[in-house]
Amino acid sequence: MAEPAPFPVFAHRHLLGIAGLSYPDIAQLLDRADAAVDISRRRLKKSAVLRGLTQINLFFEASTRTQASFELAGKRLGADVMNMSVGTSSVKKGETLIDTAMTLNAMHPDILIVRHQAAGAAALLARKVGCAVINAGDGAHEHPTQALLDALTIRRHKGRLDGLTVAICGDILHSRVARSNMVLLNIMGAQLRAVGPSTLMPAGIEAMGARHYARMQDGIRGADVVMMLRLQRERMTAGFVPSVREYFRHYGLDARKLAHAATDCLVMHPGPMNRGVEIASEIADGPQSVIEEQVEMGVAVRMAVMEALLDARKWEGDAS
Amino acid sequence: MMPMTDDAVYENARIVDPARNLDARGSLVVREGAIVAAGPEARNQGVPEGAARIDCAGLTVMPGLVDLRVHIGEPGGEHRETIRSACAAAAAGGVTSLVMMPDTDPVIDDVALVEFVARTVREIDTVRVHPAAAITKGLAGAEMTEMGNLREAGAVMFTEGRQTVRDAAVMRRAMTYARDLGAPIAHHTVEADLAGNGVMNEGLLASWLGLPGIAREAELLPLERDLRLARLTGATYHAAKISCAMSAEAMRRAKAAGLAVTAGVSINNLALNENDIGEYRTFFKLSPPLRHEDDRLAMVEALRNGTVDAICSDHDPQDVDTKRLPFAEAEDGAVGLETLLSAALRLFHSGDVPLMRLVDALTHRPARIAGLEAGTLMPGRPADFIVVDLDEPFVLDPADLKSKSKNTAFDGARLTGRVRRTVVAGRTVFGA
Repeated sequence: MAEPAPFPVFAHRHLLGIAGLSYPDIAQLLDRADAAVDISRRRLKKSAVLRGLTQINLFFEASTRTQASFELAGKRLGADVMNMSVGTSSVKKGETLIDTAMTLNAMHPDILIVRHQAAGAAALLARKVGCAVINAGDGAHEHPTQALLDALTIRRHKGRLDGLTVAICGDILHSRVARSNMVLLNIMGAQLRAVGPSTLMPAGIEAMGARHYARMQDGIRGADVVMMLRLQRERMTAGFVPSVREYFRHYGLDARKLAHAATDCLVMHPGPMNRGVEIASEIADGPQSVIEEQVEMGVAVRMAVMEALLDARKWEGDAS
Repeated sequence: MMPMTDDAVYENARIVDPARNLDARGSLVVREGAIVAAGPEARNQGVPEGAARIDCAGLTVMPGLVDLRVHIGEPGGEHRETIRSACAAAAAGGVTSLVMMPDTDPVIDDVALVEFVARTVREIDTVRVHPAAAITKGLAGAEMTEMGNLREAGAVMFTEGRQTVRDAAVMRRAMTYARDLGAPIAHHTVEADLAGNGVMNEGLLASWLGLPGIAREAELLPLERDLRLARLTGATYHAAKISCAMSAEAMRRAKAAGLAVTAGVSINNLALNENDIGEYRTFFKLSPPLRHEDDRLAMVEALRNGTVDAICSDHDPQDVDTKRLPFAEAEDGAVGLETLLSAALRLFHSGDVPLMRLVDALTHRPARIAGLEAGTLMPGRPADFIVVDLDEPFVLDPADLKSKSKNTAFDGARLTGRVRRTVVAGRTVFGA
């Protein structure tokens, strides 16, 4: 008789977003990630869970950090990892996303990690390929593994997610990280605040489950967690905010503003940071910052997600 | 399909003719391509010598549909749709007269293009295709086209197709000039800067999908400008496809002020809403975008009370290459000629719009807007009509579409009511 599985079967074919996941789904992924942290902290970090399986990282949008994190996660689980980035692929020669997907599908990958600048791209691809797909960021839609790693980081510090007050600050309009976090934290019972100028808020922000605060001091008052978002420089030229100087003064996280939050408030940032734009260096490197730890949790969460998706597909391996 | 030009009597039908406010059992008598009589009185006309007798028991006879907004790929995009395939689609959908949009390649901004269309249509010889010409040369929004020459050549109205004239002075002069010619101007209004890179209706759904939204005000601002210019110039103006409650209100006020203005609505904005986009389904990427259900209901009400005059198919064929893309990168548009009537009948079956008003908005009203001798069953008029089974249920299979492109927003939709026969100038061009 086989050993009882430590986790229930993860009942999803892909991870395209946090939307669609349940409380138990998310809790399971976080539990699995906790175990993966231990693997990553060993000297010999290799497990054999994905031995013989092929993982393709398909990045249409450059991202050194996320791609490296997925690559490392796959390798630690024993998968064969191949990286395809847009600079070297034929996508630049006019091949469509779907054509690329079909080509890759013919190579029989077991898991495909996709990042694309268009919202919905991961879902579109998932409909065309036979393997599991993980969305590593699609436009301003979702970035589910980022939300999971943020949740893991918080849970490991605070012991829980429900009842915590989390302030997400900055360019929520253009942020897939914010959307995934809003879905996840609402499911897990946190109190959400959206902090930033209204020009950077999506329509219906309150209906999305977050109280909006245009004044940062009010928005982070008493918060248990402050999540800063990256502000792209092109938002200035597009007229969403007038200048870096003004933005930092009103919405940049510095010691003066952070003093309004709870004394044990965590400071988070999905990276890469714009020091002096949305966050002061002294805060980014300060005692309340868990930004580096988020990177470590990223690898663990990605290991957990891949393991969960491929555990649920073991029958495919048996059949072939 | 055997073309027949014979004289005929269509008997035992329900005859619906909004131009005469007629909805009664009766017959329709056709002789030499024209209507001799239609209605209860037609039963006393006798049967012309040698005429066929066609039993229409359980069926409804109404004027052929008049569609004011049809994009065709020819010239320049024949892989999407040719004039011939569009005519076949129109015939299958019961559309006997259609106004062809000028945003072809080359643009219909020159008499030679109007003549090309007329020549091509004459060869096909099924439904009636009326070209609309561009307001400005090359749709560039700067120089007025030769409206007088284009009008003489057969352009029934002037429009920028998918574009909006941005420059108010250009628009003013075009409206003034068109007024002298007695030609209507039809305009689809989008304020390009405000719409920005938007790809769907602005609101909660767009926010969750992470897609840039298009505010309703992007439609309203140029519409309100145009309505002011209509007052200033006295032009005949048709708001081609409005989509939200605010636009309907602007139209209501302009009409109350006595302006010569009319409004159209795309069938898509009457029968669908933004939720149909679901998981980034590009066949629902349209312009104007599908709006909130509240807006759809407002459009239905505006149609019912006459604020919106006409329903158009906004037929816009797109091939797979322009639709099999991530949502934001896909082209706008859906084919609609063949589903126009069946989709519109949803509003009749739901009890939202009476049949008479619905048929009026599909036939008589658009014919009057475009100045066409069509859209009615009055004696002496061309025998352009359709025989419809109002209650036939079916599921739309895109493979059945005659259009070259299959990008229908009603893929797999359950519809009730279908065209059985389409007759143009007395000759059956679809069905039997």
